[in-house]
Amino acid sequence: MAKYTLSVLVENHAGVLSRVAGLFSRRGFNIDSLAVGVTENPDISRMTIVVDGDEYTVEQVSKQLNKLIDVIKIKRLDKHESISRELALIKVAATAATRSEIVQLVEIFRAKIVDVSKNTLTIEASGDGEKVAALEELLRQFGIKEIVRTGTIAIERGNRIIKVDE
Amino acid sequence: MKVTGAEAIIKTLEKEGVDVIFGYPGAAISPFYDALLDSGIRHILTRNEQGAAHAANGYARVTGKAGVCVATSGPGATNLITGIANAYMDSIPIVAITGQVRSDMIGTDAFQEADITGATAPFSKHNYLVKKAEELPRIIKEAFYIATTGRPGPVVIDIPVDVQNHSFEYDYPEIIDIKGYKPTYRGHPGQIKKAAAALEQAKRPVICAGGGVIAADAAVEMLELAERRNIPVVTTLMGIGAIPSDHRLHCGMVGTHGSRTANNILNNADLVMVLGARVGDRAIGAANALAKKAVIIHIDIDPAEIGKNIDVAIPVVGDVKMVLEDLLEYVASGGSSEWADEAAAMKLKAAAAGGTGSEEARDGKEDKGFINPKYLLSVLADYLPENAVIATEVGQNQIWAANNYRVRCPKTFITSGGLGTMGYGLPAAIGARIGRPDVPVTVISGDGSFQMSVQELGTMKQYGIDVKIILFNNCRLGMVRELQLTRHGGRYSQVCLDSNPDFVALAAAYGFSGERISSDSQIRAALERLASSEGPYLLECMVDPMEPTL
Repeated sequence: MAKYTLSVLVENHAGVLSRVAGLFSRRGFNIDSLAVGVTENPDISRMTIVVDGDEYTVEQVSKQLNKLIDVIKIKRLDKHESISRELALIKVAATAATRSEIVQLVEIFRAKIVDVSKNTLTIEASGDGEKVAALEELLRQFGIKEIVRTGTIAIERGNRIIKVDE
Repeated sequence: MKVTGAEAIIKTLEKEGVDVIFGYPGAAISPFYDALLDSGIRHILTRNEQGAAHAANGYARVTGKAGVCVATSGPGATNLITGIANAYMDSIPIVAITGQVRSDMIGTDAFQEADITGATAPFSKHNYLVKKAEELPRIIKEAFYIATTGRPGPVVIDIPVDVQNHSFEYDYPEIIDIKGYKPTYRGHPGQIKKAAAALEQAKRPVICAGGGVIAADAAVEMLELAERRNIPVVTTLMGIGAIPSDHRLHCGMVGTHGSRTANNILNNADLVMVLGARVGDRAIGAANALAKKAVIIHIDIDPAEIGKNIDVAIPVVGDVKMVLEDLLEYVASGGSSEWADEAAAMKLKAAAAGGTGSEEARDGKEDKGFINPKYLLSVLADYLPENAVIATEVGQNQIWAANNYRVRCPKTFITSGGLGTMGYGLPAAIGARIGRPDVPVTVISGDGSFQMSVQELGTMKQYGIDVKIILFNNCRLGMVRELQLTRHGGRYSQVCLDSNPDFVALAAAYGFSGERISSDSQIRAALERLASSEGPYLLECMVDPMEPTL
């Protein structure tokens, strides 16, 4: 199974997310992640959907999404021609003995410490999914208490833009 | 001009050319029903909301216009659901309007509240929950546009009761622009040329016509193509009527319940042109095995259908009629008739080897007190004009009708193809009769499915709707009984309807004429009486409980 990233422009109104999510479940498609937010045009939202599947599946996903009236445009992003990022907040157990080691790891990953308490450190990490996963893996030994991830967002490199045709 | 939301709904429906609505009132839709009193739009009160949705469906199928049904919130709306799903599966344009509880009550589990937009999202083409009365004219216009264009389908508009009561300055948008909805009508010229070249090359081409041929009014163009190149035509259940049954190139219905001849012809093809069909599992089972043997050309208005169920060599996205018009520019007449003759011979051979369409095929069941339903259906067309409409229920009656009734025109055979909804036929026939009062409408029914919408006899009585009913009574849910015989070793479970009522007496209770027959020798005279009767007529035909589907 490969992962495909789709950028989807949708009407920014209530119910659109449930239509999209519902379509995935009833057609038996697997979503790896789905992230949504408003675009430079407040009437339009952009979803980044990472789909798990083969060529046939992703083709079907695109076509079925296109049938939704609220979906305006879909583009499949090429992994090499786009930048993808995910944000994670990781709360990890920290003691006086382990704190400096954790801080070093965070620096190597160019992540940030955003909250400190006597027993925990909360780390903000961003990057592609693999980078975040690698950091998570290394932090595991200290005891991860909580992790929150946004799901992937992605944008094309260079001059290419995805916008609504006028 | 200031109007209420309810008045705006009526006004906009009038602008959309709506002349009849099928519905059922209730509290949350009461402002609409009040405004309806001052409108020229006719309203047909069905006996269950599901009947209203099916009637709108029958109306849409014979007129080509969107059918409109209306229900109140909660149970009214949920009763529409089967009809909405049914229209979705068969790509039939209906607009369903539902009342909803007051906007400020939504989400509180108020009395008669149900999330109908959430519930119908999986099987409606689109739906709306109207938040402001000012949006009504645009939303209703969009709903009709979406329902009737591209691949047609049902659209639901849910309107809270306070929105119906709100007054505002009415403004009807002459133009609408839906950013995310731009159907493709013209096929890609390069693909069309490829299709034409493949047709020239093919030795054994077959056209498989689906409901899209009928929806697009493309029967004439399809026949022109078939005749020009001598291409045998098979149909799906939804495609019945695309080609007259007595046409030399007509080869019957494909699929698990189709004719062996049609399936054989399809499987011997070296090219299959799938026209406005979605290659459903019941129509073309081993689709990809077929695609290995034959070049598949798939022409459909819905890009999502192409490549979904079958690997396609030459896809063409577009309106079937327009694509065929363009294709005919490149297709010269003069395909060899050898293959068409071969197909015709297969057809004749099958008819001789036990077809049911001839007098000789009668199997002497008179003695047992049963008629042969296939025989009855094969002669029914003798008593009806060619534009007569036949509706069917779902079950054995549907397949008997599909395989044996001689359909002569498009839009005269209406049936629940995709969802397979029992209880569809009678209300659909009512809707068809309202849409085409100039032609006779007959519903083919079984004792099981008839009782799922039997209450709609009351609708027929109230409005004097002349629908003839042919009821095959085998005191069984025959299709399921047969399945239990073949798949479960004859362990029959819940398929006996031995305590059926006296159906002729039931019809009489509504003031309708009728009779019961139990031998083939009675068939022709009974059909004569049915066809010439004034008003509704119920012909109950006793059928062997063990009568097979095929």
